[in-house]
Amino acid sequence: MSLRSSDGGPEAGSPAAGSPATGSVATGAPVGRTADQRLAPRKRKNLLGRQPLGLLFSAPYVIYVLAVLAYPLGYAVYISFHDFFFTAPRVKVDRPFVGLDNYITVLSDPAVQRSFANIGVFLVINVPLTVGLSLVLANALNRVTKLRTFFRVSYYVPYVTASVAVVGVWLFLFQQNGLVNALLGPLAPNPSWLTNSWLAMPTVALYVTWKQLGFFILLYLAALQNIPDELYESASVDGGNKWVQFWNITVPGVRSASVLVTLLATITGANLFTEPYLLTGGGGPDGASTSPVFLMYQKGILQGNPDVAAALGVVLVIGVLLIALIQKRLVGGKED
Amino acid sequence: MSVIDAATAANNDNEKNDDAGQPGAFPSTRGGSSRGGSTVEKRRNLGIGSSVLLAVGAFVFLFPFYYMFIGSLQTAPDTSVAGAFPNPANLTGENYANINGSIDLLKGLVNSGIFTGGVILFTVVFGLLVGYALAQMHFRGKGFVFGMMLLVQMIPFQLLLIPLYVMIVRDYGLADSYIGMILPFAINSTAVFVFRQYFMQLPSTLFEAARIDGASELRILWQIAIPLVRPAIVTAILLTFIGPWNEFLWPFLVTKDSAIQPLAVSLANYISNVAATASNPFGAILAGACVLAAPAIALFIFFQRQFISTNIGSSVKG
Repeated sequence: MSLRSSDGGPEAGSPAAGSPATGSVATGAPVGRTADQRLAPRKRKNLLGRQPLGLLFSAPYVIYVLAVLAYPLGYAVYISFHDFFFTAPRVKVDRPFVGLDNYITVLSDPAVQRSFANIGVFLVINVPLTVGLSLVLANALNRVTKLRTFFRVSYYVPYVTASVAVVGVWLFLFQQNGLVNALLGPLAPNPSWLTNSWLAMPTVALYVTWKQLGFFILLYLAALQNIPDELYESASVDGGNKWVQFWNITVPGVRSASVLVTLLATITGANLFTEPYLLTGGGGPDGASTSPVFLMYQKGILQGNPDVAAALGVVLVIGVLLIALIQKRLVGGKED
Repeated sequence: MSVIDAATAANNDNEKNDDAGQPGAFPSTRGGSSRGGSTVEKRRNLGIGSSVLLAVGAFVFLFPFYYMFIGSLQTAPDTSVAGAFPNPANLTGENYANINGSIDLLKGLVNSGIFTGGVILFTVVFGLLVGYALAQMHFRGKGFVFGMMLLVQMIPFQLLLIPLYVMIVRDYGLADSYIGMILPFAINSTAVFVFRQYFMQLPSTLFEAARIDGASELRILWQIAIPLVRPAIVTAILLTFIGPWNEFLWPFLVTKDSAIQPLAVSLANYISNVAATASNPFGAILAGACVLAAPAIALFIFFQRQFISTNIGSSVKG
């Protein structure tokens, strides 16, 4: 690598030479010298920046995001306000604007109302359990010296495994004459967990908590590293026991992580599809474990009403945003 | 789209502090070693309660996997307590043959591999380019690209479900194709964020010097930047891997042809449709589950050093 005197030279020699715009076009990556920058910082900045090639480097990602993510986002809202149905490719049909009709259809559908109530049950069980267990386990994991790697890996194994695979073993464990009921003996619920309309959704919530906990433990572990050890030292000097330390140092110390965990657990809950589809055979028994995303699949793709399904998606996202705002207030404390 | 995507998005606030904190720290030096002597003291007083808690936790997390494996080897499903222990009289490999007869396991694994590999390829190639540009290049519109990357991670997938289905399956006719499966996941924004974070930690003087020496940006990226962030690439590949390998809903929607279905989809179809007619449905389901779970678990045990909280923390530090 040698100095590019041929094209770098003239520019570098006299900072005033060459307009900023031509400089960027002539050399793909204009050479910046610190001395020149100090002399004329503004002139070195040309129209497209010091390394306009950055635009080219970003282009594939930007095009991808606009075409595959941003455009469909707008399209979803468009579909939800129109009378939309599936057609063969490149067939032009009239899609009349119907205002809020799709939304009214969605909100007045008892199945949809049931699915939102189900998600409510799910969140009430899943979110507190997730926040509490992952914080307690991360805290213990952060202190342990022996077998640290073993514990850490065993906690995130469920998270990295496909839900479809672990659903198999949960079906096996929680069936009528499965191992869980064998252990419970006379205490076993009848009908069994996943076929019991009162227990189906709680069992799904328990499953998702178990599946996702390892990821949230990792989040809390990262947050726990940021709590200075001095706080614990001074607390133990002052005679605070471990319980006091946990409540007065650890819990406030990871508050921003708690906001994040609550938010993510809520989003995961709202996205529920695989579990009701496979664990409870399509949201059974009798719709007791149907989720909104399952209904989107059923109404949009199986029954051919993409407009209603898109409206359901918009309602669901707005609902999640509202819950997230409330949670941020509750968990985040007064600082927010 | 995945959980982890949103994690990074919600972290924007802390982002700037992060960058200012470690101007010259190289990624490879970040680890547990920075913890001082007081940590040892703190760790020493781990009570009996915490030890029991950790052990119970490990049992609860691992037992279903053990049970999955034992169950996949049973001739007749034994759901009693004794069934949780291996019984030589009740062991067989037949379940694997059975499930392989109903769904082609090898083809399913290959399809999952192509789906996942495609996503990883797009993510690494284009993610490194944009990550490097965001971290070490100055160009017009950089703020826009960065903001977009953060916003994208907050887009909920359920909202994109219907329009993407309409576009990819109906308009572009990409049903039953690998590209149709890959497209919505092609460039993982979380991985882009991880790349950018690691490139930020490299001293910018390094790149200025290389530019003065006349190296092209592509050559700087390839010969200087990428070799310095190898651990980030492994972390990003691991993060990206979880998504498509385990994804069920999207490939389930776009593939009806069993010849192209990833293993997660063909196994799910077996669970919901075929299992009822099989002689030992649970044995077969569990055998398929083991085949689907094994590659992911093996990968994460092998690369567990790259999947620790400090690495994840670089993208999701609370």
